[in-house]
Amino acid sequence: MAMLEVKDLEVYYGVICALKGISFEVNQGEIVTLIGANGAGKTTTMQSVVGLIPSKAGSVTFDGHDITKTPCHKIVHLGMTQVPEGRRIFQELTVYENLLMGAYSMKDQSGFKNDIDAIYTRFPRLAERRNQIAGTLSGGEQQMLAMGRAIMSHPKLLMLDEPSMGLSPLLVDQVFEIIKDINKDGTTILLVEQNAGKSLAISDRAYVLENGQIVLSGTGKELAASEMVRKAYLGG
Amino acid sequence: MELILSTLINGLSLGGIYAMIALGYTMVYGIAKMLNFAHGDIIMVGGYVIYVFMATKNPLLAVVMAVIFCVLLGIVIEKVAYKPLRGASPLAVLITAIGVSYLLQSLAQIIFGSANKMVTVYDFGSISFLGVTVQVSALVTLACTIVVMLALTLFVKCTRVGRAMIAVSEDKGAAQLMGINVNGIITITFAIGSALAALAGLFYLLKAPTISSTLGAMPGIKAFTAAVIGGIGSIPGAMLGGILLGMVECISYKITAIAPYTDAIEFSILIIILLVRPTGFLGKKRREKV
Repeated sequence: MAMLEVKDLEVYYGVICALKGISFEVNQGEIVTLIGANGAGKTTTMQSVVGLIPSKAGSVTFDGHDITKTPCHKIVHLGMTQVPEGRRIFQELTVYENLLMGAYSMKDQSGFKNDIDAIYTRFPRLAERRNQIAGTLSGGEQQMLAMGRAIMSHPKLLMLDEPSMGLSPLLVDQVFEIIKDINKDGTTILLVEQNAGKSLAISDRAYVLENGQIVLSGTGKELAASEMVRKAYLGG
Repeated sequence: MELILSTLINGLSLGGIYAMIALGYTMVYGIAKMLNFAHGDIIMVGGYVIYVFMATKNPLLAVVMAVIFCVLLGIVIEKVAYKPLRGASPLAVLITAIGVSYLLQSLAQIIFGSANKMVTVYDFGSISFLGVTVQVSALVTLACTIVVMLALTLFVKCTRVGRAMIAVSEDKGAAQLMGINVNGIITITFAIGSALAALAGLFYLLKAPTISSTLGAMPGIKAFTAAVIGGIGSIPGAMLGGILLGMVECISYKITAIAPYTDAIEFSILIIILLVRPTGFLGKKRREKV
């Protein structure tokens, strides 16, 4: 059974239909990517799945629970979280306090010390800046913090919305390495990216989203080789 | 010298009351992004609860009951009047809040009549030192407000719920992604704000032992002014604005020539500060999200 199963999901903004009934699934241990152009509905999909915006029709099942109508904070407690588009770290809190917020949903706080040390090992820059106000971090550091904050809750499924956006090429490579790493440690990943080349390279499977519909799906390799994806998303 | 000292104590004590009320405005604004114009009337409700329970001749019981009643009332108002309007236009919420304010005042008039009631909660008397005579109640008020403000600051900075409040005020969506129940945090915020308002009601009765249905109206507006001067949404800002306004009010009252214009002076300060610093002293520039 799939860890996350999205069926015929429809989302409207007022009268405008943003998602026209999309279906996809993510299996335990996979990295799955949704690629698509600006306005295709990628972020809408992510926010709707995690319960931040309501859906009009369709269903979302996660880890055996029907979470279609479940509020976001309860979904997080079930073991799904998201690194939102634009990172959205808490600017006024310190790096350490941001990570503390990440562990908010943990019932058992005893592992906190170990968890935070693990984050500092994975992201040495965050260790250096642990007492710095997060709003003063660079874009790359903020992305690291957003990812660190998300894994503090030990999610079964981690969703990342455009983690490479606005970063230098060197940092983009680093972000994809970290995503692969997190996945190796046993976290299932659902990724949304405009950087189709890099994301398809690390994905087990991927879906192409166009105008609120899934138009193509396959393994990362298959899609990277497909004529249509090459033309539209990989620059020929 | 004596005059300066007594004005200082009275100003700080009044400022402390304003600060406590302003905290309710500013916290609710920061977290629920709404102006709760019924907040001032919670002070009046707290005063009437004290009045009712003073029949037992037990001031402590009366104060505890006032705090409990106001906390419950604050939670009920939020659930019944404001929660259904989450996501509605700010104007609708504002008008609803004004409606709640009039509702509370009218209910108080229906229940207790329109005549002022006398309530002597406790007579602390006065003491003299360094040739100055001050009301002990002013010192008690000052001490209590300092303790409450310190406790609140520690609560927000050092507890899980407090940090969740900061997170919600900064980014509701991201806070939910941490697993924070935003509605729960809003409820807690209303509860804390109402408890502070109930205490402010007590301090008003200590200052002047009469109560009417409009007791909360003017302090409410003054405290709102204080919150805006300090920077609405900012907790230290509310404290600063409250103390500042209280000092200005007391000093102004002491100068015969301008005493009748005290309110005008206070609101003029608001206008000047808003012209120079539209976000108030400690307010942040809101970055509009694209």
